[in-house]
Amino acid sequence: MSDEAHIRISGVKHAYKTEAGPLPVLDGLELEMQPGAFSAVVGPSGCGKSTLTKLLAGLLIPDEGEVILHGQPVTSPRSTVGMAFQNPVLLEWRNILDNVLLPLEIVPNKLNQKQREDRGQELLAMVGLEGFEDKKPSELSGGMRQRASLCRALVHRPEVLILDEPFGALDAFTREDLWQIMHELRHREAFTCLLITHDLRESIFLADEVVVLSGRPARTQHVMDVPFGADRSLEILYTPEATDMLHELRHQIQVAQGRVPANQEQLT
Amino acid sequence: MSNWQRKFGIPVVAMIVFALFWEALVWINDWPNYVMASPSDLGPAFWQYRWMFLEHGWDTLWRTVVGLLLAIVFGVLIGMIMGFSRIMREALYPLLVGFNAIPKATVVPVVALLFVGQHDMNTILIAFMISFFPIAVSISIGLSTLEPEYRDILASLGASKLTIFRKIALPKTLPEFFGALKVAVTLAFIGTNLMEIVEPHGRGLGHLFDSGKINADYPLMFAVLIALALLGIALYYVVVALEKMFAGWAEREHH
Repeated sequence: MSDEAHIRISGVKHAYKTEAGPLPVLDGLELEMQPGAFSAVVGPSGCGKSTLTKLLAGLLIPDEGEVILHGQPVTSPRSTVGMAFQNPVLLEWRNILDNVLLPLEIVPNKLNQKQREDRGQELLAMVGLEGFEDKKPSELSGGMRQRASLCRALVHRPEVLILDEPFGALDAFTREDLWQIMHELRHREAFTCLLITHDLRESIFLADEVVVLSGRPARTQHVMDVPFGADRSLEILYTPEATDMLHELRHQIQVAQGRVPANQEQLT
Repeated sequence: MSNWQRKFGIPVVAMIVFALFWEALVWINDWPNYVMASPSDLGPAFWQYRWMFLEHGWDTLWRTVVGLLLAIVFGVLIGMIMGFSRIMREALYPLLVGFNAIPKATVVPVVALLFVGQHDMNTILIAFMISFFPIAVSISIGLSTLEPEYRDILASLGASKLTIFRKIALPKTLPEFFGALKVAVTLAFIGTNLMEIVEPHGRGLGHLFDSGKINADYPLMFAVLIALALLGIALYYVVVALEKMFAGWAEREHH
């Protein structure tokens, strides 16, 4: 394992305490990411993907194994992380700009009010929400709220962006819009991104590598490199290469679900 | 019809219609005023006892408000404890429900015996006891049903529990809190009057009601009821105004 890795998760085991005894959710999770990398994690429902985001954010400490960020074990939350979820969880009583600026009220920084607002407006413009600064979240559509939520996750220039199915509740066209916006954000902002998703097309369109987790308790079952370059259009999803990758990923998910044995030849 | 007319005109018209209906009911049945006083009897009663109404009304009002303020402080505190700790919620809930279930009329003599002669304190205590329950429950439910993602967006940045409470949990709970406060306002009035009537100590509108009863001054009794209703309406709308100020965002625009 290289020591320059930005994020290194090794041998992680974790179990939740339930009334019926411990419920193991992660068992032998391995993940390594270089600075600026974009990894997508896919796996069957309830396999512990969200637990992985909590471990990386320092909201949970694993029972066994290590979560290393910058060569330091993660033992508590740190201000260099940004998070966005399927539910945009905007604060209804704040306007959009003040929602985006929320992390700057928590994270220590030297920005004055003007600089904060400039930063917020810069991000809102990047995601196409210029002119919506003073609107309340209830006045925005689901896709717009999710864009604002992405801005909030990035406003304090986090080194690590953790996305837990942020596009899962959106309609297909809005989702594709947001995929494009994710690419633009990646060009302009420097972050390492871990994306949890159920959408295999999303995973290969956005990520540099796709990690398939096994069923619960989850271990790293398969890692697939995504050979597409930085500039991607939705057209790449319709290439034979993409079709093969999606096919392989689908096979891996079925293995993870226990529906087909791992060694069985794919039927084509 | 303008907004102003709708907001004030309609309620005023409704009140006038109600008074006319009441007057007509008494007049048609030819009830003497010891059966039921009519609205036209109330004016003279108010005028005759105007200074007493001011004095006793003030006693009732300030003791209700102090009791209510205590209920807010204590209710929010208990609600926070129950909202943040599941163990405390499970421990305190049955106690609170049981306490709330005891008719406060039975608590009045107990309190009066405990603190003999401390009329202000006793009255405030009953107003407080009867009104803190809905506040505590609303805060605890508001906090315990906070979606975990709301907590996580701040917790993942290293925010303290207190910061999360101040920035997210507290404002998010405000609509529920004001809903409960509207109930608590009315309850606090009931508490104050209960003390004033069950343990008469010569103070408050409850006392005025009592003296009307003793002197067979029925218009006075009815006038006290109306005065209580008016005070109740006034306090209720103070709460509504505060709600607009602090939790107006929760109100969706109607079209």
